Amino acid sequence: MNKQLFTDPLVDNNPITRQVLGICSALAVTVKLEQALVMTLALTFVLTMSNVIVSLLRKYIPSSIRIIVQLTVISTLVTLIDKTIAAYMYDLSKELSVFIALIVTNCIVMGRADAFAMQNNAKDSFLDGLGNSFGYGIILILVAFFRELFGFGTFFGYVIIPETYNNGLMLLAPGAFIILGLIIWAQRSLTAYVED
Amino acid sequence: MDIIVHYLSLAVKSIFIENILLAYFLGMCSFLAISKNVDASKGIGKAVIFVNGLTVPINWILNTYLLKDGALSWLASLTGIMQLSNVNLDFLRILCFIATIAALVQFVEMFIDKYSPSLYNSLGIFLPLITVNCSILGASIFMNERGYTFGESVVFGLSSGVGFYLAIVTMAAIRFKLKYSNVPDGLKGLGITMILTGLLSMAYLAFSGIQL
Repeated sequence: MNKQLFTDPLVDNNPITRQVLGICSALAVTVKLEQALVMTLALTFVLTMSNVIVSLLRKYIPSSIRIIVQLTVISTLVTLIDKTIAAYMYDLSKELSVFIALIVTNCIVMGRADAFAMQNNAKDSFLDGLGNSFGYGIILILVAFFRELFGFGTFFGYVIIPETYNNGLMLLAPGAFIILGLIIWAQRSLTAYVED
Repeated sequence: MDIIVHYLSLAVKSIFIENILLAYFLGMCSFLAISKNVDASKGIGKAVIFVNGLTVPINWILNTYLLKDGALSWLASLTGIMQLSNVNLDFLRILCFIATIAALVQFVEMFIDKYSPSLYNSLGIFLPLITVNCSILGASIFMNERGYTFGESVVFGLSSGVGFYLAIVTMAAIRFKLKYSNVPDGLKGLGITMILTGLLSMAYLAFSGIQL
């Protein structure tokens, strides 16, 4: 049972391709693998911590103000991670610009806090948070892998494809949309899921 | 005259060239969920223009007179406590911005429910969704990063809402036509919508050559 909480969101019930949550950052911070990796770590921290905290508080939160309480918990955690990244990885925090701060309104965090952590105990919520962050991370890193490979011709900064064959469109917005669309197609074909 | 030209060019820039949805990917979740239906898209589009036009200027005031480094110097000269002018409440920014947005959305919802039932019927169900729409918080954070003045922040808030409206209504119209086309099974729904959004954003790239 517990194991399923962690493994289910990885492929079958992936937050991005199946639950359609947290698409904004999956598109915006995937120009380079390094950015995608840092973003995944930041989201893992916020999501697991917010799930645990909301789950511990769930019996004391009146349901009429639950959104405000959840937002306060989440935005405190986001401020922590935002300042940490700005302090230790200044250049990267400039590249990620507003998107770390926007984890506050990342639907995955709110969605899991409201749909899962409000009903379950802290341990299950922790596993659910971890599973969903990794499911999110897998897609983010896949998109970033293709965009960096075709856009810059590099893998983590190492040159693989010579500069003449680089495709600048991959670095712009349309490249992100199309790559993510194709990844969604692949994932849904593999799991044989059809949306009506 | 200069100031009008300046505001106009800022508006064109944030509606077309740097469309908040198609160039910065903000507000994708509601975009994907709601663009299935043209009428609902119009509803959320209007709600975004309305809320963005209010929250960006309000957050500007909050940022300039409370949060920024040295923002409390007006209080220092008022009370005579000089240490106040060195206070930097920067770390409270995210919390304050999101609290303003959540409170304002709640307030606006109650207000139009009481005074304009017809407007409430067309916006009502979309307003609660707006709180967690990244384009609202995103616009406020951009306003801070780009250091807009008060006038600019009003124009920016409204026109980034208009950009969102245009994009979501266009997408809803395309998806309406999509019902009659034969899409491969795995690509149905989300997949084809992403690819279409890619093509739409490619079209908007054409505006990026415009010099203002």
